[in-house]
Amino acid sequence: MREALTAAIADIREEDALELTQQMLDAGEDPREILEACREGMALVGARYEEKDYFLPELIVAGDVLKAIAEIVKPLLQGDGEGADTLATIVIGTVEGDIHDVGKDIVAFMLDSNNFEVIDLGVDVPASKFIEEIETRQPEIVAMSGFLTLAFDQMKNTVAAIDEAGLRDRVKIMIGGAPMDDTVTKYIGADAYGTDASAAVTLAKSWVGGS
Amino acid sequence: MTEMADVATKTTEDLYQERVQRILDCVALKEPDQVPIMGPYELFPYQYAGVTFKDAMNDYAVAREACHTFLDDFRPDADFGPILAYPAKAMAMLDVKWFRWPGNGLGDNTMYQFVEGEYMTADEYDEFVYDPSHFMLSKWLPRSFGSLEGLAGWPPARLMMWFGWTGLLAGMADPGVQKALRNALDAGEELGRWFGSIGQYAQEIKAKGFPQAFGAFSWAPFDIVGDTLRGTRGILSDIVRRPDQLLAATNKATQLCVEYAAGAAGADLPLCWIWLHKGSEGFISDAQFKKFYWPSLLEAIEGMVEKGVIPVVYCEGDDTSRLEYFTQVPEKSVIFHMAVMDMKKAKEMLGDIAAISGNVPNRLLLTATPDDVRDYCKGLIDTCGEGGGYIMDTSALLDEAKVENVRAMFDVTREYGVYR
Repeated sequence: MREALTAAIADIREEDALELTQQMLDAGEDPREILEACREGMALVGARYEEKDYFLPELIVAGDVLKAIAEIVKPLLQGDGEGADTLATIVIGTVEGDIHDVGKDIVAFMLDSNNFEVIDLGVDVPASKFIEEIETRQPEIVAMSGFLTLAFDQMKNTVAAIDEAGLRDRVKIMIGGAPMDDTVTKYIGADAYGTDASAAVTLAKSWVGGS
Repeated sequence: MTEMADVATKTTEDLYQERVQRILDCVALKEPDQVPIMGPYELFPYQYAGVTFKDAMNDYAVAREACHTFLDDFRPDADFGPILAYPAKAMAMLDVKWFRWPGNGLGDNTMYQFVEGEYMTADEYDEFVYDPSHFMLSKWLPRSFGSLEGLAGWPPARLMMWFGWTGLLAGMADPGVQKALRNALDAGEELGRWFGSIGQYAQEIKAKGFPQAFGAFSWAPFDIVGDTLRGTRGILSDIVRRPDQLLAATNKATQLCVEYAAGAAGADLPLCWIWLHKGSEGFISDAQFKKFYWPSLLEAIEGMVEKGVIPVVYCEGDDTSRLEYFTQVPEKSVIFHMAVMDMKKAKEMLGDIAAISGNVPNRLLLTATPDDVRDYCKGLIDTCGEGGGYIMDTSALLDEAKVENVRAMFDVTREYGVYR
């Protein structure tokens, strides 16, 4: 049944996936098996997205399926340490003044399903909040999102603030959202930019040595 | 002959006609006298004029004056005007739920932003398709505007047959409905003043020799459903979960899109701006575009052209891979505005079919130098200008930018983009 669940998630068969989850629980299977099937299913979804077989509709629904299964399974896993061996920690947020979240959410979702621990700060995130999280959560990577051109200056300010706080050397910074290029990346003082969620995963992996 | 030399020798009426003709020639794929340039509008003209966007949204005279300042200094061939400085007072009176603007959740000079949400839930598709007017009135308005919540009790106008009108009008006695209607009257008067200001501005610039750029605004049918009703997550997941209902709704929205555009018919420059949002490359697959996005958009474009409207299809994402579809539009009747695009390919594929515009990256105007902008614009004129059919414009509506970069875009177009 685990393989069937993996396949249902990978093929975005929402009802089948939820039904199989329930069947596995009814049959007394270990909830961790279900989460493992989710992980495998999501890896396939991610791969199909990178191959441009899947697009945002599939990613969004797959994300919903995962969330629904997690809600069923997580209460049964109390006390279990999960996600202990993540590749790295990433703090992500849409910068101050900008409240666009669709792209940021998709990047967060793809990073999460690629085994990164993602700390999502939401939208309209001031520089001070990024700094606070870098200090307390010690992430390897900071990902800043912004859709408007105002975000360029805000990202620039945020990078400068991180620098002033003496934290710039501790993190790699990636930017995404609006159309970007090397000039913008340099203007902002980030390390790299990405144009889609796959690029964010590739970048993050290249920085922390995951595959 | 440059613009500035023209000004000394021609009447404003001559200049007005010339500017209109310059753009109409582009649409007809005839070579104009020079590459036309549109005024890049959103936050930029207000910043240029030194007023806050908050003030421009609250004081219609401030907005008009700012647009005049921009117009006088840059002299675009067609001018957006103050329509994007939305009426803050009316929006505050109505308590708009899905918008944040300067003074209402955002800083004084921050561009307003839309708050995504499901303003039509997934199980309401059939209701919308059955009677869109009643759905909008009794569901969408109360959800969108706090002061119109009472309209949730509005009876369906379709049930007024024979003595049905008694029930309809009795429904007006509902206190919630009455309160909402009173609020709507007040806001309506304020909106009337706002539209009056926009009309006034159009007359004022016509007297100066400049046409108003857009007579109407519309959407791709898919985006009417996505932007206004379902939100990005909603509509994209509907492609997977309820494809047939989604298609029924976009089908219904197609005629609405044509109606929205019809207001531009009969104008000297009958341009209708059409927003394209959620069908771009990266959002949905080619197969999904072909099934859910393009057929209704093409039908809407054809319907607009039939009414004498020139659709300006505003491709806000990367639509390079959609060019093949774009070739199906009625010839010499449409402008495709390109934000992110392989412009060489666009000219190759659309050169004999439709005019193209835009593609000066907003990021360049903010972060680069005037020389960079000059080079980019020259490149665009070289690539797209041959034989006409190209209009200079920014990639997206322009917010923050360096003034000298915007000036470089205008100057180089007038120096380098001359045909005769």
